[in-house]
Amino acid sequence: MVSVKRIILDVLKPHQPNALEFSRAIASVGNDYRVTLTVLEVDENTETLQVVVSGDAIDYEAVQSAISDMGGSIHSIDEVEVQSAASSRVL
Amino acid sequence: MNLLGKARYLLRITRTHGIVRRYFVVNGFDGALTMLGIITGFLFGAPADLSVTINACLGAAIALGVSGMSSAYVSETAERRRALGDLEAAMAIDLLDTAHGEAARVVPLLIALVNGLAPLLLSLLIILPLWLAHAGLPLPVDPLHAAIMTALVLVFLLGVFLGRISGIAWLRSGLQTLLIALLTAALVYLVTGG
Repeated sequence: MVSVKRIILDVLKPHQPNALEFSRAIASVGNDYRVTLTVLEVDENTETLQVVVSGDAIDYEAVQSAISDMGGSIHSIDEVEVQSAASSRVL
Repeated sequence: MNLLGKARYLLRITRTHGIVRRYFVVNGFDGALTMLGIITGFLFGAPADLSVTINACLGAAIALGVSGMSSAYVSETAERRRALGDLEAAMAIDLLDTAHGEAARVVPLLIALVNGLAPLLLSLLIILPLWLAHAGLPLPVDPLHAAIMTALVLVFLLGVFLGRISGIAWLRSGLQTLLIALLTAALVYLVTGG
């Protein structure tokens, strides 16, 4: 069993919902998700973001769905940290 | 998310709170002044049966409600579609199944409801003393005077509401709208009863 511990996403979203509401919606997908959102670029109608999601076992599809529901679009997965069950036992 | 929370969310992401508020005040004011005009006309004109006054007011109130709903729905649907199209072009994706797509469908309905219900409900409140008198309930004042007083109070409250959202003194704003209502009544008097 491999768990996703941390992902860094490059996301394009409309100005609304705002960064706070956007982060909250992503964090509410899991019980222990920690979301760090950085606005990298602001255009007339859109914002480019770096979204860092960390948690014990991140459900990527649920995160993707939350982002899509708010009108956001994931451009790329820039960084991933995963951990296998065996290594977690060692830890 | 409950229905009210959902409606607030959709209004927030489309930044249409201000439009809803503006429509409420503008069309509510329309409704109140129309009722004031009709009732003042009946007061200063030839005496008429109360049921005639009620029917005239009710007819105008329904027409204002339907007109408010349909005009706002048509114009806001076009506005929301255009805004969604602009956003889709900027995002280069289809947003129909997102909150923005839902907002483009639901927000025109919400705005239409506010735009239609504001004049209708305010008109019904103004007609209420006429109905009560017609139903045989004794009123301390003449029903036409009571309806005019109700209209003036509602117009004043709309002014107070405007003052509170614009940050100016509520009393000044209330008195301004009240003055407009009194001028309307005076004009009706000059034309119909003078």
